[in-house]
Amino acid sequence: MGLGLLASRLIRPQKTAARNLLLRSIVTKPELQSAEPATTPQPDLPPRTPLGGARVHFPNPDDAIEVFVDGYPVKIPKGMTVLQACEVAGVDIPRFCYHSRLSIAGNCRMCLVEVEKSPKPVASCAMPALPGMKIKTDTPVAKKAREGVMEFLLMNHPLDCPICDQGGECDLQDQSMAFGSDRGRFTEVKRSVVDKNLGPLVKTVMTRCIQCTRCVRFASEIAGVQDLGMLGRGSGEEIGTYVEKLMTSELSGNVIDICPVGALTSKPFAFKARNWELKGTETIDITDAVGSNIRIDSRGPEVMRITPRLNEDINEEWISDKTRFCYDGLKRQRLNDPMIRGADGRFKAVSWHDVLAVVAEIAHQVKPEEMVGIAGKLSDAESMMALKDFLNKMGSNNVWCEGNGPSPNADLRSGYIMNSGIGGLENADVFLLVGTQPRVEAAMVNARIRKTVRGSNAKVAYVGPPTDFNYDCEHLGTGPETLTEIAECRHPFCSTLSNAKNPAIIVGAGLFERSDKDAIFSAVEVIAKNGNVVRPDWNGFNVLLLNAAQAAALDLGLVPESSQSIESAKFVYLMGADDVDLEKLPNDAFVVYQGHHGDRGVYRANVILPASAFSEKEGTYENTEGCAQQTLPAVPTVGDARDDWKIIRALSEVAGVRLPYDTVGAIRSRIKTVAPNLLSVEEREPATFWASLKPDVTKKMSSTPFEAAIDNFYMTDSITRASKIMAQCSALLLKK
Amino acid sequence: MLARIVATRLLEIRQSLRLTPQHIDTADNNPDLPWEFSAANKEKETLADMISCRYAIGDAAYHFQYEPSIKWPLDVRVALLVSMGEALALYSCTVVKEIVSHYPSNYKQSAVIPLLDLAQQQHGGWLPVSAMNAVAKVIEVAPIRVYEVATFYSMFNRSPVGKYHLLVCGTTPCMIRGSREIEDALLKHLGVKRNEVTKDGLFSVGEMECMGCCVNAPMITVADYSNGSEGYTYNYYEDVTPKRVVEIVEMLRKGEKPLHGTQNPKRTKCGPEGGNTTLHGEPKPPPCRDLDSC
Repeated sequence: MGLGLLASRLIRPQKTAARNLLLRSIVTKPELQSAEPATTPQPDLPPRTPLGGARVHFPNPDDAIEVFVDGYPVKIPKGMTVLQACEVAGVDIPRFCYHSRLSIAGNCRMCLVEVEKSPKPVASCAMPALPGMKIKTDTPVAKKAREGVMEFLLMNHPLDCPICDQGGECDLQDQSMAFGSDRGRFTEVKRSVVDKNLGPLVKTVMTRCIQCTRCVRFASEIAGVQDLGMLGRGSGEEIGTYVEKLMTSELSGNVIDICPVGALTSKPFAFKARNWELKGTETIDITDAVGSNIRIDSRGPEVMRITPRLNEDINEEWISDKTRFCYDGLKRQRLNDPMIRGADGRFKAVSWHDVLAVVAEIAHQVKPEEMVGIAGKLSDAESMMALKDFLNKMGSNNVWCEGNGPSPNADLRSGYIMNSGIGGLENADVFLLVGTQPRVEAAMVNARIRKTVRGSNAKVAYVGPPTDFNYDCEHLGTGPETLTEIAECRHPFCSTLSNAKNPAIIVGAGLFERSDKDAIFSAVEVIAKNGNVVRPDWNGFNVLLLNAAQAAALDLGLVPESSQSIESAKFVYLMGADDVDLEKLPNDAFVVYQGHHGDRGVYRANVILPASAFSEKEGTYENTEGCAQQTLPAVPTVGDARDDWKIIRALSEVAGVRLPYDTVGAIRSRIKTVAPNLLSVEEREPATFWASLKPDVTKKMSSTPFEAAIDNFYMTDSITRASKIMAQCSALLLKK
Repeated sequence: MLARIVATRLLEIRQSLRLTPQHIDTADNNPDLPWEFSAANKEKETLADMISCRYAIGDAAYHFQYEPSIKWPLDVRVALLVSMGEALALYSCTVVKEIVSHYPSNYKQSAVIPLLDLAQQQHGGWLPVSAMNAVAKVIEVAPIRVYEVATFYSMFNRSPVGKYHLLVCGTTPCMIRGSREIEDALLKHLGVKRNEVTKDGLFSVGEMECMGCCVNAPMITVADYSNGSEGYTYNYYEDVTPKRVVEIVEMLRKGEKPLHGTQNPKRTKCGPEGGNTTLHGEPKPPPCRDLDSC
């Protein structure tokens, strides 16, 4: 009882209250006097909001039907299920087997609701809503049905919540608390099931399985690996592979998320933490160019696990195994202190003050054109901006980002981003993949293509080295000759392309490293022109980038002045660049390595500047479709490490060319003058100009066939190379 | 204490009854073993197939096979062997093709159960993993989809059975009429446990649920795999007694074919013992109102 209410009671004279009571008892209600019942009994219910952002999209306004959920009318499009109608009405129906992105199984029976004029409770997930249906979710029948189903589910489910990793985020636990009975009547012996070996990522405790078949449907529909199945029948029913088989999918970690119980849990995370101890930080993934939305769960200074975050336009609700399990790489091989390589070839830890003085002194000793700066594949936009500004102030313009090739094209944004967007790929009906294998280069893009192929029977063809896709894919050829054939309309695929409504061409960024990349791109542009790929209403010309830093680097204009600068370099600044080829670097060159992992770049370095990883800093990344997103610090930095841009800012002061920004805000306003799109966070900025503005290319394509850009999906950058889990995966799961 | 012993015993019994749905990798159940549908499916072929295949094999091949006394030159023999092999391959394919042709071409997977059945008959009554893989290849689905079906139906045996697989009906009517004694008698006579094969590989005993013969309960079924899929029979022996099933087993052992159907000499088919007690004459028509008198 509120304080105000108590006060008003005290103030109010007792007498009046008594008289009011008396008066009230003899008041007659007018509606009771009228003979006929009220025409439309308007439900006296507060309007409810749809659950979990359930969107109602009417493809055809005529198809709208009205149903009543607990007396509350909702308008839904035809073909929706009862469960979806309830979601729109703001009623949460308990469910185990139903998942909005998977096919409907209807075998858990948890979603039973009462429907008027139906003799039995109906499984709402599998029942289409019909006009005027009166759905009751809160009646004794529905409650009893749920309680009964729950009792059956718990019959064979072990009561091992205290030792179960799903505890605290378990659907069965939550729903048995909400809808179950407080006791069971089952007195027999519970069944037990042999655990299966699904590989180094997914731990199985199959006795806990409630046979919802979500994992089976996920594996066959989304991941495209037909390995899991439901074996046996009755009480002997179990999920398995029948013959011993590992789950060799790049999306296998997602079965951990969709499993409503603790049957499939994360093997690396097993018995490490409870989910209520973890602090969640909503950030983005940088192990590939997709920029999947993730949540980093940390406990104290340690990243405990990575889980996906919903983003319909980028990763839906899945992430790749590399994204999910790379986190243990953040704890290994880290660079803690600034170090200088002594005369004996060993590194010695020194203070920041000393190391910056040494670097600044040497930077001033070399000629400006002998200075080279290379940004790594994990660099954020802020640090790349700072690096470029610093080198420009020192008089050099040899700065680029690895992966973008020796002479990147940064002039036309349409030439290096995915113009149709990742979500937009679903509208395509023909795909031509040129020199790319999205399954390993960007697993989420591949999942999107697979979804399109499954949903609308889109055709896919590829030019490149023969690989295996998890959908039907036609192999057209291995190299530029096939591309020339298609461009000159001599190839049978041309007719498919020109007959397509929304053709999409995806070019792999692995081609950036080729010397004939301009010729290849102009050939692809000819194909795009012939196939009418770029229209005002549809832009199907896509470049699939490999690394998180690439798009932002090109937006910021990280283009080297000369493509041979590394051969004459005397001072090389590697900002996390590990995969750059330093073979031709002169022996007397001074190499500064700034980064967070002691990876390949360190072997040649003279000085190490420890930097923070993506989980420890605030940084802007642009993904392959041109959508800028920001990471947030989840854990503190390791040792004496600093943010990348801060190191460069400090170095610039020591070197006497002070950069004019001291805060993230200030450096972002500097970025605004160069690439304002990087500041519109979580918004996809489409490219404005099309390649028709480009000058003609006279160079011919070489006949060298295309090569695979990534040979090991699990190990592509310094974080994943330091990860033990990724090493296990590449040892066990990669086909030899 | 007693309750605990009972519970553990119950668990043991349950586990011994349940055949695990997982694949057990034995020497004869290796997924990598080659397995093909063979030519031994003559029973299922259509007339057209029969004619075409006989024609393809040809008279000469017939003579070559069955009259080895004729001395054929070597090259002729090789050529004949090759053409015979081709014809046989074609022949076995036609049986499979015939089964698949019963289903729409875009729903080939519907043929999974008939093909598994054919494979089981051909392979002596059980399905190795390699046979299931062969079926999966024919109907163009992932092997796991075939394993799912094969593990679901208890009629598909995934471990070896005897040449005569004896199935005792254990459902209520038969159980009341003494199916447990029948099973005990069989197991004792053969000296095996349930789902075990006798040492000579001739017999195995399994249990099945109601086979729709309740009026003649108790009953057993004999699945005869001794002659491959062409001589495959699946016969019901009804109204059996513990003594009679042993006799049936001994007759089968000798290679005789005991008469299937009811084993009670006083009954014909499902009629009552000792002849009809009702329905002696022509049944009277149902009483009807005399419409003309109205």
